This record gives sequence, C-alpha cells and structure tokens, in this order.
Amino acid sequence: MATPVYETHEHDVIVIGAGGAGLRAAIEAAAQGVSVGLVCKSLLGKAHTVMAEGGIAAALGNVWAEDNWQVHFRDTMRGGKMLNNWRMAQLHAQEAPERVLELERWGALFDRTKDGLILQRDFGGHRYARLAHVGDRTGLEMIRTLQYHGIHQGIDVYMECKIERLLKDGDRVVGAFGYWRPSGKFVLFKAKAVVLATGGIGKAWKFTSNSWEYTGDGHAMALWAGADLIDMEFIQFHPTGMVWPPSVRGILVTEGVRGDGGTLKNNTGERFMFNYIPEFFKGETADNEAEADRWYEDKKNNRRTPDLLPRDEVARAINAEVKAGRGSPHGGVFLDIHTRRSADYIRKRLPSMYHQFKELADVDITKEAMEVGPTCHYVMGGVRVDADTTRSTVPGVFAAGEVAGGMHGSNRLGGNSLSDLLVFGRRAGLHAALYAKDFGGQLTVNAAELEQVSREMLAPFARTSGENPYAIQADLQETMQSLVGIIRKESELRQALDHIQVLKDRARKARVEGGREYNPGWHAALDLDALLTVAECSALAALERKESRGGHTREDCPYTDDQWGKVNVVIRVRNGALQLAREPLPAMPEELKQIFQERK
Amino acid sequence: MPTFTMKVFRGGPGAGDFREYRVESDEGMVVLDVIHRIQATQANDLACRWNCKAGKCGSCSAEIDGKPRLMCMTRMNLFEPGAVITVAPIRTFPLVKDLVTDVSYNYEKAKQIPPLRLKPPDPDGKYRMWQEDIDRIQEFHKCIECFLCQDVCHVIRDHPLKPAFAGPRFFIKIAGLDMHPLDRVDRTEFVREQAGIGLCNITKCCTEVCPEHIHITDNGIIPMKERAADNMDPVVWLLRKFRGQRRPA
Repeated sequence: MATPVYETHEHDVIVIGAGGAGLRAAIEAAAQGVSVGLVCKSLLGKAHTVMAEGGIAAALGNVWAEDNWQVHFRDTMRGGKMLNNWRMAQLHAQEAPERVLELERWGALFDRTKDGLILQRDFGGHRYARLAHVGDRTGLEMIRTLQYHGIHQGIDVYMECKIERLLKDGDRVVGAFGYWRPSGKFVLFKAKAVVLATGGIGKAWKFTSNSWEYTGDGHAMALWAGADLIDMEFIQFHPTGMVWPPSVRGILVTEGVRGDGGTLKNNTGERFMFNYIPEFFKGETADNEAEADRWYEDKKNNRRTPDLLPRDEVARAINAEVKAGRGSPHGGVFLDIHTRRSADYIRKRLPSMYHQFKELADVDITKEAMEVGPTCHYVMGGVRVDADTTRSTVPGVFAAGEVAGGMHGSNRLGGNSLSDLLVFGRRAGLHAALYAKDFGGQLTVNAAELEQVSREMLAPFARTSGENPYAIQADLQETMQSLVGIIRKESELRQALDHIQVLKDRARKARVEGGREYNPGWHAALDLDALLTVAECSALAALERKESRGGHTREDCPYTDDQWGKVNVVIRVRNGALQLAREPLPAMPEELKQIFQERK
Repeated sequence: MPTFTMKVFRGGPGAGDFREYRVESDEGMVVLDVIHRIQATQANDLACRWNCKAGKCGSCSAEIDGKPRLMCMTRMNLFEPGAVITVAPIRTFPLVKDLVTDVSYNYEKAKQIPPLRLKPPDPDGKYRMWQEDIDRIQEFHKCIECFLCQDVCHVIRDHPLKPAFAGPRFFIKIAGLDMHPLDRVDRTEFVREQAGIGLCNITKCCTEVCPEHIHITDNGIIPMKERAADNMDPVVWLLRKFRGQRRPA
C-alpha cells in the first residue's frame, strides 16, 4: 500500500469527546492559553450528556443547610461500597458546588428555590436533596451551556470525526489518528497532550440506555497505548429503563421519578423494596410504608424510602421480583407516581418522562403506572488516573468522566456523573495544558504505524467474502446481556469469554459494502475492535472478582468480602496480551475515616 | 407483524433517487427503528444520524412523507399496514449522503451571537433569580437543535439574504439571552442587522414543526420584533434592563 493520504492538525492539547467532560476540559485548557482541538464523533451538542435527566449532585446547601462536602463524600463512598478512590471522591464533593455555580454564571438556568437560589432534588443514596436540576432535562441544559460558552473560547472543534488510535513516541503520547465520518478520509492530530473524554461502553449490552456512540473507544485506546484500566467488572444497570414496547426497551426513566415521589410495586401491588433493605443501609432507610410516606414531607424525623436505595440495590431487587414471577406483564415492575402527585406536578417536574411515555408507549403517567426494568447504563471502571491531575499511567494521556475509573467505586450514585464530568473535566483540561507547556522536544509520528493502522481500517472494504458487522455487534450484545448481566457466575463468564474470542475472529473477517463516505456499516465494523476489547475486559474482571459488591453480583460468590474490598482489579496489555492484577486501593487518611465513624 | 415499503432517499450531492425497501415493523417501532433494520439487514451503508432515540438529542431529523419530523419520535402505527412511506433528508441544507445533510450553517450562526455578560452578584456573592422570571427562558432552553424549524423557514430555504439571517432556532436563543434576568448586553443592532429579524414574516411554520412544542413565534420572535422596534429608544432599553430582575410580590 502506498503512503496513506491524510490531513494533519496540530494542537497543544486535543480533547477526544465533547460531552460534559470533554467540553469542560477544552474550556479549561483554552483558558490556560494553549491551543486546543476538540474532536467529537457526533455533531457538537449531541453527546451522551444531553440525555442526562435528573440533575447534578452538589452540596450547595440551598434546600438543606445541613448539607456539606463531607456528607456528600460519605454518601458517595458508601454508595460505591467503599471501593472508590477516596481522593477523587473528596475532590468531587468539595468542588462540585463551585462547578455548578460556574455553569450558572455561563448561562444555565436551574429551577429555583423560593429564595431565588438553585433548587435541589432528592435522589437515591444522597442524604439530602442535593441535585441541581432543570425539570428532567438537566443534561441538555448542561451541554448547551458548555457548548455555547465553549464556542467563544477559541477552541477548534472537529465534528463527526472518529479517533481510532493514540500515537506514541517512546513512552509518551504525541497525537491521535482517525477519520472524518462524512468523507471517510483519514486525519492526523499531532498533540502534546490528549484528554480522553469518550464516555462509556454500554453498547456492548442488548438492553441499554446508551447510544451508538458508547463503544468504549477511549477505554480501548488507552489500554492499547499501555494505560491501566481498573474496576471493569462494575457495570451499572439502572433500575428503571422502559420495558415496553420492545423497540424502546432500555430507554432511561429518570431516578427523579422516585426522587419526586414515585414508588415501585410488583404485580400484587406490594411495595416490594421494603423486603430488600440491606444491612449496610438499614440505619438510614424506612422499614415501613408509613414512615417512608412521612419522609417525603418531613425528612428530619423520618428515614428515607427504600425506593431511593442506591441503584445497584434497586436493580437487583427488581430483577429478583421478576424472576419470582411477581413482575409486570412485560417483564418489569410498576413505577407509580400518579397516586402521590397531581397531574400538574408531574408535568411540571417530569415533562420529558411524560412526553416519552405518551409518545412512545401510549402511557399517560399522570394516570397510570409505568412499567420499568433494569437497563445497562454506566461503567464504573475505566482508565486508572491520578486523582488530582487525571493523568493516566501513559505520559500525556489524561482521562475524565465515564472513561476514567475510581471515582465511583463499585456503584455510582445518581447525579454524581454530571458533577464528575465538571470537576474532573476541568482538572483534566488544566493539567493537560500544564503538561503541554512543559513538553520539550518534537512531535514525531511514526509513519509506518500510520500506514499499518490505515491498512487495517480499510481492510473491510477489500474483503470479497465475510460477515455483516451489524450481525457481529448484535451477537456480542446477546452474549453480554445473557452472560455478563446483573447476576453473574463463573461458568457463564467463561462461556462469555469463549464467545468473545469467536466474535473477535469473526470481526477480523467483517466485510462492508459501499464507499468511504458516511458509511455506517464501515463505522460499525471499525467500532467492533474497541467494543470487543472492553467487553473482554469487563468479563475478565468479573471472573476475577470472587465476591458481590455494587455493580458486580456473583451468584456463586454472593457475599461482600472485606479482602476484596481492599483491592482493584487492574487490566493492562503487556507483550501483546491482557494481564490481570489485584492491586491495593490508595489508603484513606485518618481524618477522612472519621467521617464514617461519626455518622454511624 | 405489518410490512411496509420504505422509499428512502439514497445518494449524494448531484446524484440520487428513492430506493424501496420492504421491512417488517414490530410493536411500538418508530421510523428510526425501521431505518436501522434496513441498515442492519439490507443496506449497511445507508447513512443517517441518530443518538438518543428518545427525542432528546435532535439528531435524526428527516422529511417523512414530506413532513419534517424526528425519525425517533414518529411511530410506525401512524401509517396503515402495507403503506408506502417516503423518507428524505431535510431539504434546506446541502446533502452529504442519503439522510445526512450539512448543517454547518447553524453552527456558524450560533458563533455570531453575542454571549451572556452578567451583572455583578448580590452583596453576599450569590446570584438570585425568580422562577417566574425564568419560566419563559426555560421554555426556549428546551430546544434540542434538531434544526427542523430552520429546515422549514422560507427565508433560509429561498431568500438571497440568508447569510444575514439567523433563523428561528437562533431567534429563541437570542431571546433567551435578552430575557435573562442577569444579562446586560444590548443585542438590538445585532438582531436587526446580523440576525435579520425583519425578514421573518411570522408564518409560524417553525412553531408547527417544533418537536418540543416551543412557542417559537409567539413567545420568541414576536416579542423580539417588538423589542427591536422599541429599543431604538435608549430610555426604553435602559428601563427594560432595570426592570429585568424583580422579586415577586
């Protein structure tokens, strides 16, 4: 093959991904005076953040003056079953309020309290009403605010551009290589620092709230470049996705429904969550309906409803009810808000849920219960980063948002994602810029490597026989859904790993039709590489961790084990093969440990 | 399950035509599901944009039987079983391929709008705003940038002055900034000269196609036209800016 033809752009920092984390990183890097390129797979403003509904968790103390960063920190660590990187959880809780106020200064209009301040709503696992929100379309407000602030900061935005590989010179990163989706032409970005803000991996599962974009690109590219991934066994199945009709299965139903008064019921009308309160949360959870009902109005003298336990607990409970034959007609359970709240209240607080059920399922949620069930939503695991700087173990590669691991431990609390994006997006942009300023020497790209990568990328066009990439993707989704789902066991995980090997082989022979211009078949074929890699990592880590904790439940190891609570499962590539290790968590300082003692 | 004949536009700039695909539709399916089924089984290279599949991202705009709509929010049970359904790219913007168009005009317009500049905070360092003052702006902020309003706007479609015209999406963006209780920028001249508010003759086509049901014309464009006229008078402008932030009685 001749030397590949590509255009070249050069920046001090490139940010890959333009959701909340990527946009915030780009804004911060630009503020440091370096040249910034922001590369996104879709059009600007369409990234996954736009779909976030419930709110941004931040201890502003506008509704409950008792709230502060220590309480938020404690809730986050307990929600993650103490497996979180304590320093990330601390920085997150401390800095989230300022990041929310900053969004307000950039034009975001959150719902207001009677005193004219930012209103906060209840969410699972948060002790106080803590989520700054705009009805149930908070993500839209956040991404628009960042987008419209960002376009005036001198950032070069490269839309509909997909990055395939990070490029290194020796140990350090020097750029990235990819293609324009509209033209199919190759593009090289030379850069001193790269911020990964590529989101998650949920497209590897069949029932998912995630869009086509969530193919684990950043996770896989970091791994291939030599970075460590941690906690890949922890997958969040959001308890409430739509289950009917089949075409909408998996679409998210915000936790805000429960935060604003919705309750879960089985087919006998029982509020079953009272039967699933774990020991760990007994002290703070109402054990009877009367107390739970009083909690909505009087939070000081009553414990919270178990409907708002952390997501992993609720998802497992729903799963168990359905398995026991107490599910709704279409294999979910009922979520009912109309019995507690008026139609006006529901339409005002949850307008897009109202709209979504009405238009897509012919259900009027002001009059009837919704049918809901777990849907793959979020990966807690990701690139191992230094908490303060977000730098990975590869010099020049930074990671923020869902692609980074550690912040949420084994289970993320609702509302902690949007705040995570802002807090660590800003830190990633800052430290990538500082790193770029200190960068000495030339940006030297290995031409032979580019030739190799481009040849691999075009291979699906050259094959005269071979499979449709969509069929391979669908089979992977079936495999992960049935064998690496909410409840796992060793035999099934081994089976999943065998399937993935077969799928990898099939992917190497995938064939696409048509030309390079805007060809979704080709794009799907190229995405398979990352998708299969992250699926394998997730199954491997799940096989390794022989206990149940947060977003990882093993039928054959049903208990939480203190020994496993001290380690992360780490995955890295060494000598071309995946290598697994158990490595100790960073040790929490004594003064932070106090926070858990005092409030027991 | 009912079977439909989907007539989908295939092709790029300069060359293209409608191709027919016979597809089964399952219960609850939307047009986007059917397009995905064609993609997965009959035409892997059929180009369309999509992300959320729930009416929140505004990526999958198309003209379905001639009507500008989101493919993800158009249920197949709107059509009689066996019907022939036409799916074409939105017409106003240059074609890239199949159902994908080049919407960069909108991103360029977005950049030209003078951004928010805040008043100083209250003495305690906080900003206060009253829900009553932001209800209207929150309505504009529901915009998912599907650009269907831009697609049906006759000025953007046909008018030679299109380069000096922002279009309905950006009128409500500007209106949201102008009505922001803490903003202190005068965009009067911008609205007249660069956004071309005078070219809009209030046919309300934009409001009709808005999937978020934003009252683009009544709540955004008409008050803006009035302000553009009023604000010729600097005293009126100043008064309006001072009255912007008020505590409800």
